[in-house]
Amino acid sequence: MSDSKQYCSFYVGDLFIGVDVCVVQEMIRYQEMTRVPLAPIELRGLINLRGQIVTAIDLRRRLQLAARSEGELPMNVVVRTSDGVVSLLVDEIGDVLSVDVSDFEEPPDTLVGVSRELIEGVYKLKDQLLLVVDPDKAADLSALTV
Amino acid sequence: MTGIDDLTKEFLVESYENLDQLDRDFVALEHDPHAKDKLGSIFRTIHTIKGTCGCLGFSKLESVAHVGENLLSRLRDGELLMDVEMTSGLLKLADSIREILGFIESAGNEGGKDYADVKELLVRLNDTPSINSPAAAAAEPAPMVPADAIPAEADAMAVPALCKEEPVYDGPERRVAAADSVAGNAIRVDVTLLDRLMNLVGELVLARNQVLQHTSSQKDAALLRTAQRLNLITTELQEGVMKTRMQPIGNLWNKFPRIVRDVANACHKKVRIEMEGRETELDKTILEAIKDPLTHIIRNSVDHGIETPEHRSTAGKAEEGLLFMRAFHEGGQVIIEVTDDGKGINTEVVKRKAIEKGLITSDEAGRMSEREALNLIFAAGFSTAERVTNVSGRGVGMDVVKTNVEKIGGTVDVQSRQGEGTTLRIKIPLTLAIIPALVVTSGGERFAIPQVSLLELVRIDETSSFIETINGTPLYRLRGNLLPLVYLNRELKLDSESSAGTAANIVVLRGGERQFGLVVDQINDTEEIVVKPLAKQLKRISVFAGATIMGDGRVALILDVLGMAQRANVVSRGHEAVVGAASESSMSIGNDRQLLLLFSVSGGQRMAIPLSTVSRLEEVSRTTLEDAGGTKVVQYRGEIMPLIEIAGRFGASPATAMVLDSDPARQAAEVVQIVVHRHDDRYVGLVVEQILDVVEERLQLQKAAARLGVLGTAIIKDRVTEILDVQTVVRMVLNVSEGVPA
Repeated sequence: MSDSKQYCSFYVGDLFIGVDVCVVQEMIRYQEMTRVPLAPIELRGLINLRGQIVTAIDLRRRLQLAARSEGELPMNVVVRTSDGVVSLLVDEIGDVLSVDVSDFEEPPDTLVGVSRELIEGVYKLKDQLLLVVDPDKAADLSALTV
Repeated sequence: MTGIDDLTKEFLVESYENLDQLDRDFVALEHDPHAKDKLGSIFRTIHTIKGTCGCLGFSKLESVAHVGENLLSRLRDGELLMDVEMTSGLLKLADSIREILGFIESAGNEGGKDYADVKELLVRLNDTPSINSPAAAAAEPAPMVPADAIPAEADAMAVPALCKEEPVYDGPERRVAAADSVAGNAIRVDVTLLDRLMNLVGELVLARNQVLQHTSSQKDAALLRTAQRLNLITTELQEGVMKTRMQPIGNLWNKFPRIVRDVANACHKKVRIEMEGRETELDKTILEAIKDPLTHIIRNSVDHGIETPEHRSTAGKAEEGLLFMRAFHEGGQVIIEVTDDGKGINTEVVKRKAIEKGLITSDEAGRMSEREALNLIFAAGFSTAERVTNVSGRGVGMDVVKTNVEKIGGTVDVQSRQGEGTTLRIKIPLTLAIIPALVVTSGGERFAIPQVSLLELVRIDETSSFIETINGTPLYRLRGNLLPLVYLNRELKLDSESSAGTAANIVVLRGGERQFGLVVDQINDTEEIVVKPLAKQLKRISVFAGATIMGDGRVALILDVLGMAQRANVVSRGHEAVVGAASESSMSIGNDRQLLLLFSVSGGQRMAIPLSTVSRLEEVSRTTLEDAGGTKVVQYRGEIMPLIEIAGRFGASPATAMVLDSDPARQAAEVVQIVVHRHDDRYVGLVVEQILDVVEERLQLQKAAARLGVLGTAIIKDRVTEILDVQTVVRMVLNVSEGVPA
């Protein structure tokens, strides 16, 4: 009997990404955002989550993928990071998956740049790869230019 | 077991308070050794501590307190008189007790130190013969209090055997000892609980705002009434909860007499401290934040500000220096002033040190105003201490003070008179969490501006005629003062729909000590908003102080006025030089706008004179000019009008600039521009190259008189322009013409 872990999954561009279910607070539809001038472009804005002001970080931009097309509204994956609650903006929300720890692999050496920072590893699923992203790293914008 | 822990906690809190009171009492006693009531209360305090800690099992503390108690009982009974040595010894006792309490608080035990030296000192001090009758009073420290005075908690305790014969809780006496606080009507509340209450009230305020917004469009009368009631109740609740966190600044100041005494002794100076406004209330978090800055300022004043008694008497001052602290409310802020009558700040020394440390260049030092030079003491890495003492002067003091004060939204300012003293003024906004704010819209986004920084709102309909530029900086003249302008859309890189020449809304703000105008697209209204802190990712952006949720549920950012001012460079030193030079440190002819006649002299050189000195502007043909004994004259209105050729006298290159010369080629049918000035009853003509314009300006000279006949230079219409001294020039002309022998 091998260990299994659970991940909340979602799509960002062509990537199928998973985040540890333990840190996910909720996954909700598009919320109106207030832009923050002078912030890095990855920081899309601030949302009002039941009275709490939550920073929204666009994973597309964070992973340096092409921008979303006009009219496509992102969904919110609200996660608890070490610096507080943050919402990750994604394209489509997937299911909660149970995966086998033995199917985990480190990211390949060919993966460079931003992706390497954020992606902790990969799960080999039946017909696709699940990229594991560390929410703390995703929310850490300190290295980015303002 | 919880009973004992609570009891220990209670003991610690009470003891700390009592020790603070002890400090005050000891210092007061030093000034007045005969104050029997103080002696009595001091004795009772030590006695109480001794008794309680004995009951709780803190034997080390008990033995230390016991030795002190012996000394104090003799003092109380008049057998010994308080002197400096005794005061120091007793203060040491208080410190030792504090130290042990600290160990108990953090480690749960009394710590590993042995206080034999303190005990020895106290025993030695006690070993002085009585000053009155040899009949030594029997060492019965306190009257026995009947058993029913011991409160119920003691009954519940499982270890009565630890209690000695002497009673533990001098019930009624203890209350008397702590009489300075409002006994009986007061209740202790944990600060975290108050914080939670504040947060909840904050949420309630937000919800109230939303309810008000939604119901304002409803017609249901009952609903409106209820919403209104909710509004009133929320406001009152908010005010009430905020009051719970307010504490008098006296709580903080109580520690200062002791600090002043210690520092003064260490520096061999005599200083007394006076305080006014102890009852001024501040939010607890603000008190915490200014505790260290104020302490540093005080230590600094005693160490560096106040002179030694010898110096002071040589200077004709009283040997004892005065440190005066004042606190009061004004305009939504708390003002705290610390004034000393010491030697003041020598700005020359300050500037020299700043140049040495590479903080400014000698050019900048030369151009600096007195005020700017004084504010150099707040620059990072600055210290003028001749010797770095333990007390202060390590060069990290004043800038840390400034940073800490600014962190809570306050400002600090310094004023000084050499030889007379220095005053430091700290201004802090009253509340932090729920503030009234002005909501503006710019670039399609809404922003909130804290009202405490708001001075006024100005709307100008025609920007092109009122907004001027000096050195590339847009300025607006507000009742005679130059107001630097900051365009919000530009600063935040927002989409801007407005273009030059249309109307502008200017929000006049105070950032630090400077004022500036923030240009926005639209001004909405004022509301009370709850300040929510910024997420970590946003803290770097200095222009935002926080965020809030508006009535419609959307998030809006709160502008940090000081951060905005600094970012837009209206408070940087460089910019201050431009604006400061133009408005403050220079000589001005008058505070009103003047009409000036602007003319060119030669080769692009410009000059101006007040229009009031001009009678007429004439244009004459060169051929009408005549010679009269070395001066050019012209017949004018039945008189012979002497002329002065401006280019010749004041031009950059007089030789080539001569308009009137004997070169026949130039003596074509040219017209000559003459500015006619009436002096007494005579006409005098100033020959210029070309009349340019009449401008209305507030005349501000940037340099003192550069040469004879010129008052100075000013920037008019972006060009350096010399201002002619008409009187001198006229006299020059008339003397020459009159001095000519007929």
